[in-house]
Amino acid sequence: MALTQSSKTQRNRLVLAFVIFAMLAVVPAVLPLFRTTLIARFMCYAVVALGLDMIWGYTGIMSLGHGVYFGLGAYCMAMYLKLAAAGGGIPDFMQWSGFDALPAWWTPFANPAFAFAMVVLVPVVVSVAVGLLTFLHNIKGVYFSILSQALALIMSVLLVGSQQYTGGSNGLTDFDTILGAPLASSATKVALYYVTLAVLVAVFALCFFLVNRRIGKIFMAIRDSENRVRFTGYNTAVFKVFVYALSAAVAGIAGALYVSQVGIITPADVGVAPSIEMIVWVAIGGRGTLVGAVIGALLTSGVETVASETFPDLWNYLLGLVCIVVVLFLPGGLMDLPRVPARVRAWLNRSHTGGAGSLALAASCPADVAAVNVDPAFDGAPAMQPAPSPAFSDDSSDERDPASSGAHAPTAGQTSSDSASASRKEA
Amino acid sequence: MGDTATLVREQDAPALLSIEDVSVVFNGFHAISHVSTTVGDHEIRFFIGPNGAGKTTILDAICGKNRIAGGRIMFKGKYDLSRMKDYKIANLGVSRKFQAPSVFPGITILENMELAAANRHSLYSTTFLNLKPDQRDYIRYILDFIGLYDKCFDYPTRLSHGEKQWLEIGMLLTQHPDLLLLDEPVAGMSRRETEHTAELLQRIKQECSVVVVEHDMQFAKDVSDNVTVFHEGKVLAEGTMDEVSQNQTVIDVYLGRGGEK
Repeated sequence: MALTQSSKTQRNRLVLAFVIFAMLAVVPAVLPLFRTTLIARFMCYAVVALGLDMIWGYTGIMSLGHGVYFGLGAYCMAMYLKLAAAGGGIPDFMQWSGFDALPAWWTPFANPAFAFAMVVLVPVVVSVAVGLLTFLHNIKGVYFSILSQALALIMSVLLVGSQQYTGGSNGLTDFDTILGAPLASSATKVALYYVTLAVLVAVFALCFFLVNRRIGKIFMAIRDSENRVRFTGYNTAVFKVFVYALSAAVAGIAGALYVSQVGIITPADVGVAPSIEMIVWVAIGGRGTLVGAVIGALLTSGVETVASETFPDLWNYLLGLVCIVVVLFLPGGLMDLPRVPARVRAWLNRSHTGGAGSLALAASCPADVAAVNVDPAFDGAPAMQPAPSPAFSDDSSDERDPASSGAHAPTAGQTSSDSASASRKEA
Repeated sequence: MGDTATLVREQDAPALLSIEDVSVVFNGFHAISHVSTTVGDHEIRFFIGPNGAGKTTILDAICGKNRIAGGRIMFKGKYDLSRMKDYKIANLGVSRKFQAPSVFPGITILENMELAAANRHSLYSTTFLNLKPDQRDYIRYILDFIGLYDKCFDYPTRLSHGEKQWLEIGMLLTQHPDLLLLDEPVAGMSRRETEHTAELLQRIKQECSVVVVEHDMQFAKDVSDNVTVFHEGKVLAEGTMDEVSQNQTVIDVYLGRGGEK
């Protein structure tokens, strides 16, 4: 079969991803160590963004609480690093709290294999529990988003509150070695950089594989019309729990890599604000495209670093402004940029020709409306009832759950006005 | 329909779908009260009646979207659909088409068909298994049947209203349903598209039974084997279209009000 337009776009995006990964691979050779570690941190963010893109961009579930899973992974790893630094004793902050023995649930984390397993298992178990409770009871849309955000708040409050176990608001820091290698040495730093890059590529490959299998099509179908997927015979709750757990596991791994390289994890890194920032990366890069999520995370945090070095006070305003621009004009994020010239041209045509431009309008308005208006064979006789506009039909409540009208409100208008261009993307 | 076939079914096998004394209540409002009817194999049954008569509500009850307040809905005599989850009902062979075309705009037409055609719905099978060659052949056959074969790599957003409806019917057919529930399939279609849909239904009838909710009386007359007339949540009359259109009560409450020319 000849390549269709969409598969060409998909191939271009894959090429773009390879270019990015190749550039990342040479970073340690050309940039100073300080910058290398900085970029390693951005790659951790990119891994989180990939997981979030799977759940939000592809499946349409907006989680405002992925800091929780990032934090769970990070804290599991930090517990191991802390114990490694304590060298058989008990961590410093526990001594200050008056402990003279390690709490029982801390002890297994001295074993790196156990700690690494927990980095994945703890987020998975928590996310499956949360997912089952919410998705099986058909909690979706904004309600799920609010709930997930509350989760992030609870997480940070819990961490601050149980200072004797978690280091409180100071978090866990002062690490020394990882698997016997000194964290401060440049060899370890470069090694960790490449481990992070490998994880990023592996997670990208996994997500790419999934979205191109039938399961990925089901995710997208759930995003577009969940009820319809259920009436096709799929238990959508299972798929939603799976993709939620997948993104949680990925966030946990990213958190573990983050803490080993940044050297500190605090409740401020896992609460509400960082969770929302994660969503912003995906939105800016382009949700529903894997490479978009990676670019969004790398670029946003990169610009943030540069901007906050020069104008530390202005960065948050700048980020807010970028968000507004993206939501209003670039619902597909940066990955939508190639389509902007065509869109501007269409807009110019429409505003110049006015009524006579109805042909152009018909091409871009929902096809069913156009079909009713222009079909010459429409005789109207016995079937003289008004054509059901989707907005008023009985079943519109199905397709119009809070997920599409609330969380995605800014895009809803765009997708319909732009539906002629197949606005969903693959990778 | 051969009378002998009907008789044999009544003695030996239960009806494909048997709605027994079903009521649906929304916040104290009786949307449907004590409705009973049966649908046989390879029958095209139309549910007609004025707006608000409960036609769509009964479809919702059959496919598990609404809980019922009383009675039961038996499928093939052994499954009580009123106690089952929606996706399990779909897996039994009851396929539902909603009024607004609801194909998946984010994936291609072929992917829409594949998603519907897959008969295994687990995480594992959707990740690792491909469709069998005979399933692929059947998808190709159906795409040809509904006239969308040439467009199968396009996205459904490019289709006309009628084509979307056919795509959705095609998706339902790939599931080899025993019972197809269609809610106003020809609403908004041109006369030509309606006639094409009527042809499709006649061919679909070879494979399964169909329940259609429709206002288009000409379409009902052309396609239906039997019709059930609903009025204010109750069954007003039942029979062939000719019988029903002689019925004085039906003429008074529905047909006389312009439902038919």
